[in-house]
Amino acid sequence: MPDIDVVVLSRLQFAFTISFHIIFPALTIGISGFLVLVEALWLRTGEEAWKRLYQFWVRIFALSFGMGVVSGIVLSYQFGTNWAEFSRIVGPVLGPLMAYEVLTAFFMEAGFLGIMLFGWDKVGPKLHFLATSLVGAGTTVSAFWIIAANSWMQTPQGAHMEGDHFVPDSWLAIIFNPSFPYRLSHMVAGAYLSSALVIAGVSAIYLLAGRHTVLARKSYSIAMWAILVLAPLQIFLGDQHGLDVLEHQPVKVAAMEANWDRQAGAPIIFFAIPDAEKETNHFEISIPGGASLILTHSLHGVVPGLKDVPKEDRPPVGIVFWSFRVMVALGLSFLLLAGWGAVARLRGALDSDKWLMRFSALLTPFGLVAILSGWYVAEVGRQPFTVYGLLRTKDSISPVVDAGAVTTSLTIFLIVYGGLFGAYLYYVIKMIRIGPRPFEPGADGSGSEAPGAIQGARPGLVLPPEEAARESAP
Amino acid sequence: MIDLPLIAAAVIGLGILFYVLLDGFDLGVGILFPFAPDHTARSTMMNSVAPVWDGNETWLVLGGGGLMVFFPTAYAIVLPAFYMPIMGLLFALIFRGVAFEFRHSATTSKYIWDRAFFGGSVFSALMQGMLLGGLIHGVRIENGHFAGGLFDWFTPFSVLTGIGVVCGYGLLGAAWLVLKTEHATQVWARRAAMVMGGGVLIAMGAVSILTPLLSPAIAERWFSGVNILALAPIPIFAFASAVALYWSLIAGRERLPFVFAILLFFFGFLGLGVSLWPNIVPPSLTIHAAAAPDATIIFGLVGVAITLPMILFYTWYAYSVFRGKASAHGGYGDD
Ligand code: HDD
Ligand code: HEM
Ligand code: HEM
Repeated sequence: MPDIDVVVLSRLQFAFTISFHIIFPALTIGISGFLVLVEALWLRTGEEAWKRLYQFWVRIFALSFGMGVVSGIVLSYQFGTNWAEFSRIVGPVLGPLMAYEVLTAFFMEAGFLGIMLFGWDKVGPKLHFLATSLVGAGTTVSAFWIIAANSWMQTPQGAHMEGDHFVPDSWLAIIFNPSFPYRLSHMVAGAYLSSALVIAGVSAIYLLAGRHTVLARKSYSIAMWAILVLAPLQIFLGDQHGLDVLEHQPVKVAAMEANWDRQAGAPIIFFAIPDAEKETNHFEISIPGGASLILTHSLHGVVPGLKDVPKEDRPPVGIVFWSFRVMVALGLSFLLLAGWGAVARLRGALDSDKWLMRFSALLTPFGLVAILSGWYVAEVGRQPFTVYGLLRTKDSISPVVDAGAVTTSLTIFLIVYGGLFGAYLYYVIKMIRIGPRPFEPGADGSGSEAPGAIQGARPGLVLPPEEAARESAP
Repeated sequence: MIDLPLIAAAVIGLGILFYVLLDGFDLGVGILFPFAPDHTARSTMMNSVAPVWDGNETWLVLGGGGLMVFFPTAYAIVLPAFYMPIMGLLFALIFRGVAFEFRHSATTSKYIWDRAFFGGSVFSALMQGMLLGGLIHGVRIENGHFAGGLFDWFTPFSVLTGIGVVCGYGLLGAAWLVLKTEHATQVWARRAAMVMGGGVLIAMGAVSILTPLLSPAIAERWFSGVNILALAPIPIFAFASAVALYWSLIAGRERLPFVFAILLFFFGFLGLGVSLWPNIVPPSLTIHAAAAPDATIIFGLVGVAITLPMILFYTWYAYSVFRGKASAHGGYGDD
């Protein structure tokens, strides 16, 4: 039995490294969709503006993709280094799902990414578009498999314990486990919504500053359409997801609502400080019947309570309760943005309503915050199990690896990821400050640039001309 | 009855071989990076691997994932046993991976990412080599769990294999650059290949002598009875590849050095396979004892059988799009 510190430290390390990772997939899933759309528009209309938009966003995409790749590789190995028992016990079920992710998604993304970023003048425009589309499809296929794996940990089925490990019975049952469709749709829609918020925010900043207005107007309009569709959809999907959780993980719902006693007509709580010791809430502000109404769609429905299970089977209530509130509050503010945008568009004021743009700029990073909050609800709410009801977190840890080793690696992760995130933000902000290449409407597209060339599609590789000249000089 | 674990082991072996050859050359380019003749050469070197490095590294993910699918017990023993070198490897790969993206966005801080690219490449190769050395040396297992200490992997022998892998990747990288560059850079790459090749030969020789001495079981496998005859071609072909490699470098050939460097690796890899057999984790965990349930292996193999041909096809296609000499400025504009 490893000592308790290793469990806590390994959990912290996993939580930190995966929280870091998920930011980048969320962006690459969404932005790749935007790039496919914009390149399709360029192919259809031949309008130079679409290509410029592509060239601008593809650089932010490339930077995010690189961060996603390096942080993802860390995760796939951490299952073994820190969660060896978990891997041994659950590996026969989850291993293949992750291997299928590599085989069907990662190779495809990586193979066509090179062509997408560097192949502009090596393959024709149609093939290039195909490469963009395959990279985009790869990001979503990847989500399919990893979310299947995660959902199986939440709502396991289709496998049984034999000796000291799981043995699969039905792969279809394992993949299409009860929470999978909800989690996948809520996550993918969340990724698109978050990316739309980023694109809308950056465009709004340009419009407010009066820079790159021709391009920014186009991207702003597209992003606001996406938000109009996705914000309500995401809330609907979240509601459905919640009903599914109620059915399969009632204790998690009790933690989300900070509801201690199983009761009919449970209140919806807006503010509280849950106290796990005394099994009650302090400073509670609530509306009677609210939680029952939302969860059971009836004022008198019964909502499960935390006291339904012994103390050692309860998740940490505070984190789950508050993360859930952050996610929902943000979801409602995105809905407000969507509605306001729709009204402004109807009045023809979409790109002149300054307060709308300020609001949009403000919300730029908050889709990603909502995604993180959602994952905290799902993952912390699953505690104290890694495989819900079947395998405890404390039995999942690597034997022997000691607290000192994990403290060291965790400390290095904090420093390295902190530095990297700083560098990432610095370069993204720099790209945004420089902006897309200047664009004059009506200018002859083909004359304004070298034929077929994509300007610096991938940052990091091409030397600016003056620098290249200087460097090649003796 | 089909021997599922054996097929699974072959698949993993193939995956690791692909990883070593492919990421080997692009890590090698990083290892040689600061020694390049000038800035233009460095930009050419980076451009020569930029479109493909991500795909190359994906084989590493497949290797880790594949081990978890087919041999979960081995995965659960090896990864904690090598906690430190694996964390070291991961950190090194992070620095090296982001260097591609950050290097250009940087103006005044470019030198930071140049160093990250070099340091990350060297350190990745070193950690992989030390892991290999530690594995050959053996892992202490009790009741199916790792039972050794955190630093068991750190031995003079693993330092030797670590340096050997750095030289080996350097050799692959240099041979790749002979293929992808011209003029002064190519001349330099040839010289680098000769130097790195020398390091590889010394390390391979030392490992071949030390391994049987360290492990009687391995000595037994190589030298007992008919084995010695059946296995003799492996070292002989390895030696022949080395001779051919030097010939091709001196004769000024462009593609053959890369081919012979790959062959040299291939035979070295086969030799290692023989040494480890039938274990997956020496000295005592066999591939059959570590194997996953049949249902898992079958599902995994079905996936491999369907997707691997496709993967090989589009990987080949991606390489062919970027065939020909690399250039410092790429074909994609002035930015
Ligand atoms: C919902 C989506 C999602 C989630 C929950 C995760 N990932 Fe991820 N991951 C992706 C979506 C993604 C992606 C969109 O496919 C990435 C991001 C950028 C990229 O290169 O691909 C990726 C990259 C990526 C890579 C690098 C792939 C390469 O070499 O090209 C690895 C090894 C992982 N991930 C592994 C993991 C593991 C072990 C996770 C959980 C424990 C995980 N990811 C969660
Ligand atoms: C990508 C978004 C994700 C985020 C932000 C996230 C977040 C977290 C957090 C916060 C914890 C710690 C919980 C606690 O200890 O209280 C955790 C644990 C864990 N998660 Fe996730 N998770 C994500 C996805 C996944 C996926 C896709 C998998 C597996 C396929 C996974 C597997 C695990 C495992 C094995 C642990 C460690 C054991 C534990 O503490 O429960 N997670 N995650
Ligand atoms: C306002 C309405 C929303 C509701 C009612 C809602 C509901 C839920 C519920 C019940 C869960 C927990 C699932 C579990 O524990 O397994 C969840 C998780 C999650 N939510 Fe939300 N959500 C809302 C808005 C959002 C928004 C706006 C985003 C992001 C843009 C988001 C992203 C996520 C993510 C990434 C997860 C974790 C993965 C998962 O379990 O699906 N949610 N949501």
